Amino acid sequence: MKYLDEFSDPVLAGKLVEQIHAVTTQPWSMMEVCGGQTHSIIRHGIDQLLPEGVEMIHGPGCPVCVTPLEIIDKALAIAQQPGVIFCSFGDMLRVPGSSEDLFSIKSAGGDVRVVYSPLDALKLARENPDRQVVFFGIGFETTAPANAMTVYQAKKQGIPNFSLLVSHVLVPPAMAAIMDSPKCRVQAFLAAGHVCSVMGTSEYPALTEKYKVPIVVTGFEPLDILEGIRRTVIQLESGRHELENAYSRAVTAEGNLPAMAMLRDVFEVTDRTWRGIGMIPQSGWKLSERYAEYDAEARFSVTDIHTDESALCRSGEVLQGLIKPHECAAFGKECTPRKPLGATMVSSEGACAAYYTYRRLDHLELSETRLVDSR
Amino acid sequence: MSNDLDFEGWVCPLPLRDTPTIVMGHGGGGAMSGELIEQLFLPAFGGAARAELGDSAVLEVPAGRLAFSTDSFVVKPMFFPGGCIGDLAVNGTVNDLAMSGATPLYLSTAFILAEGTPITDIGRVAMAIGKAAEVAGVQLVTGDTKVVDSGSGDGIFINTAGIGVIPDGVDISPARAQVGDAVLVSGDIGVHGIAVMSCREGLEFGTTVESDCAPLHGLVADMLATGVDVHVLRDPTRGGVSATLNEIAKASGVGVELVEKDLPIQAEVKDACGLLGLDPLQVANEGKLIAIVAAEDAEEVLAAMRQHPRGAGARRIGTCVAEHPQMVVARTGLGGTRVVDLPIGEQLPRIC
Repeated sequence: MKYLDEFSDPVLAGKLVEQIHAVTTQPWSMMEVCGGQTHSIIRHGIDQLLPEGVEMIHGPGCPVCVTPLEIIDKALAIAQQPGVIFCSFGDMLRVPGSSEDLFSIKSAGGDVRVVYSPLDALKLARENPDRQVVFFGIGFETTAPANAMTVYQAKKQGIPNFSLLVSHVLVPPAMAAIMDSPKCRVQAFLAAGHVCSVMGTSEYPALTEKYKVPIVVTGFEPLDILEGIRRTVIQLESGRHELENAYSRAVTAEGNLPAMAMLRDVFEVTDRTWRGIGMIPQSGWKLSERYAEYDAEARFSVTDIHTDESALCRSGEVLQGLIKPHECAAFGKECTPRKPLGATMVSSEGACAAYYTYRRLDHLELSETRLVDSR
Repeated sequence: MSNDLDFEGWVCPLPLRDTPTIVMGHGGGGAMSGELIEQLFLPAFGGAARAELGDSAVLEVPAGRLAFSTDSFVVKPMFFPGGCIGDLAVNGTVNDLAMSGATPLYLSTAFILAEGTPITDIGRVAMAIGKAAEVAGVQLVTGDTKVVDSGSGDGIFINTAGIGVIPDGVDISPARAQVGDAVLVSGDIGVHGIAVMSCREGLEFGTTVESDCAPLHGLVADMLATGVDVHVLRDPTRGGVSATLNEIAKASGVGVELVEKDLPIQAEVKDACGLLGLDPLQVANEGKLIAIVAAEDAEEVLAAMRQHPRGAGARRIGTCVAEHPQMVVARTGLGGTRVVDLPIGEQLPRIC
C-alpha cells in the first residue's frame, strides 16, 4: 500500500511554489470548493507559501457542515425512538443539533452505531429483522452512489426494515449560488476532485462561461493543490476562464458511468437547504418514487421539528467564503471543537475546525486558548 | 497469534469441559470460579504466576522508592495483528512503571468477563499474559475474576496494577522539560493503532502492520545506564505522540516544536492514516517512548537507544522552545507550520 508520499514531495512542491510566484503579478482570490482541500491547505501550510495577495477562500464543500439543522434534529429524533438502530459515519456524531448530538443520544441509551459503509447498515438490518435500521445518508456526489446502491440492494433483497435519512447535496449548483451572491469575491475555483471523479466535468463549462471564472479540477494532496493553484493563477493572469483537469489520475470528462446510472435510478434532483447558506434550487437529491418506501423521514414521525440555530455562529458566512473562521467573534471562545456552535467547528472537513486545530496559534491570544482548553 | 492451548488437558472436573463459554457461575466465587483460576489462569500464566491464593499477596520489596501504577484494557477487537488484550494489559502497566524509570516487579490481573465469552479466547488471552509477564520479568502475584451478564460487557476487560522500584538518583517527570531540550522517539509511530484498526469490524483493510506492543523497561534501563539526566519519559499510548507532547508541554510550561519530516512513520501507517483521515501523531502506540533530554546529551542517549532492539529506530523529532508555551507546533514538510492539537476524544474516520 503506497499512495500518497509522491504527492507531497517537498522538492517538487518547492518548484510549484516558485512557478506560482513567478507567474503572479497581482492579488487573486480563489475558492477551494472541498473541505478536504481546505484541511490539506491549512494542515500543510500551503496558504503560507503563496505570493502575498493570493488568497484561498474556503468553500462550502464539507458535507457535514452543510447538512441542515432540521435534518440533524430529525436524525436525533429518529435515533431516540425505541427499536431503532441508527447508523452513521463517525463524523456526524459530534455535530450539534438544536439541543444535543448523536453522541449524547448514544450515551443516554439510544442504539447509535458508527459504520464505515452504508452496506454495513444494510447487513445490520438483515441481522436484526425485528428492529428498524436507519442510515444517515449525507454528503455530496462522492458518498451518494454507495448510499444509492444500498437502497437498491435493500429493495432487491426485500429488506423491509432498512431506510435512509437523505440529505444529499450537489456541488455545481452551490458554486453557481456563490457566484450569484452580490458579496462574492471568488475569481476562480479549485473544483472538488472526488466529486468530479463520480460526475465527470460536463457541468462545469457552462459555469466558466456564465460567470467568466476559471475552474481547475483539483485533488487533495499538497502537490495536487499547488498544481491546481498554479494552473488557476496562469488562467487568471492571462484573462482566460476555462475548465482544466489537474486531477487526471482520478477524473475523466464522462465520470463514473455505472455510479451515475445508480444515482439516476435511486435519486431525483430536488431543492435543498444548506446549513448556514439557505435553500439552493435543484441542489440536492431525494429518493425517487420507486424507492420512496425507504425514506426514513416518511417512515418515522419526525415532521414536528423546531430548530434553534445559535445566534452567535457565523458558519454560513464561512461556508460562502465571506469571512475567515477567525473573523467570527465566537471563534475559539464560545465555539471550540469541544463545544461547537456550528458544524464547521466540529466536522473533520470544516474550515473552522481546520483553523482551530492547525492555526489557532496565529489567530488567538494564548491566554484565551488556555482558558478554552482548561474548561 | 496461534491457538496452541491443550484444553483436553484441563477437562476434569466438568465445568471447563461442559461449558465452552463463560457462564455466571465462573464469577460466583464457588467451585467453578476456583476451577477457572486453577485450571485455566494459573497453567496459562506459567512461570510468571506466583499465586498463593490468599486474600492478598505478600511481597518482598527492596529499600528505596516504589512506583505504583494501574490501567484498564478494553481494546476491541481483543485479538489483533501482533498481539491481543493480554500482552497489552501486561506491557501497558509495565511501561507505565518504566516511564518513571522503575524496574517493574509485580503485577495484579483482574478480569471482567462477559457471559458467553468462549473459554478458548480466555485461554489464549491468559497465555499471552503469562508469556508477556515472563518476557518482562514481572511476577503475577494477585488477581480477581468477575462475570457480567451477556450484553453488559464486551468479551474480556482486564485491569492490571503494577509495582516497581526506582533506582536512586533517577528523577523523571513531565514537569522537567526545559527550553532547549531535545525531543526523542524510540521508533516508528502509529503502528499499534493502525494494526488494531486494520482488523476492526467494518474497517478491515489489507496491511502487514503489526502492533508494536512490547515492554520498554529494558530500553529505559539502558538509557539510564548512560548516566545522562533523562528529564522526561512517556509512552505515547492513547492519543498518540500528540497527546503525550501536549501533556508534557502543559506540565512543564515549555513549547514543543516538531519537524514533520523527521517523524519516523512507516509508509503503510502513513498511507492508512491518509485514507482514513487520521493524523499519525494522534494514533496509539504500545511499544514506543518519548524521551526529553538536554540537547547536548541527545546523541549519547540516541546511541544507547539504538543499541537496544526496542530503540533501533530512535531519532530526534523536535525541540522544547520558549515560543508558544504549553503548545505543540509542527514544521510541515512543505515549510509551513501547524498546531499539533490534543485529540478531543476518539478519532473518527471521516465521511469521504
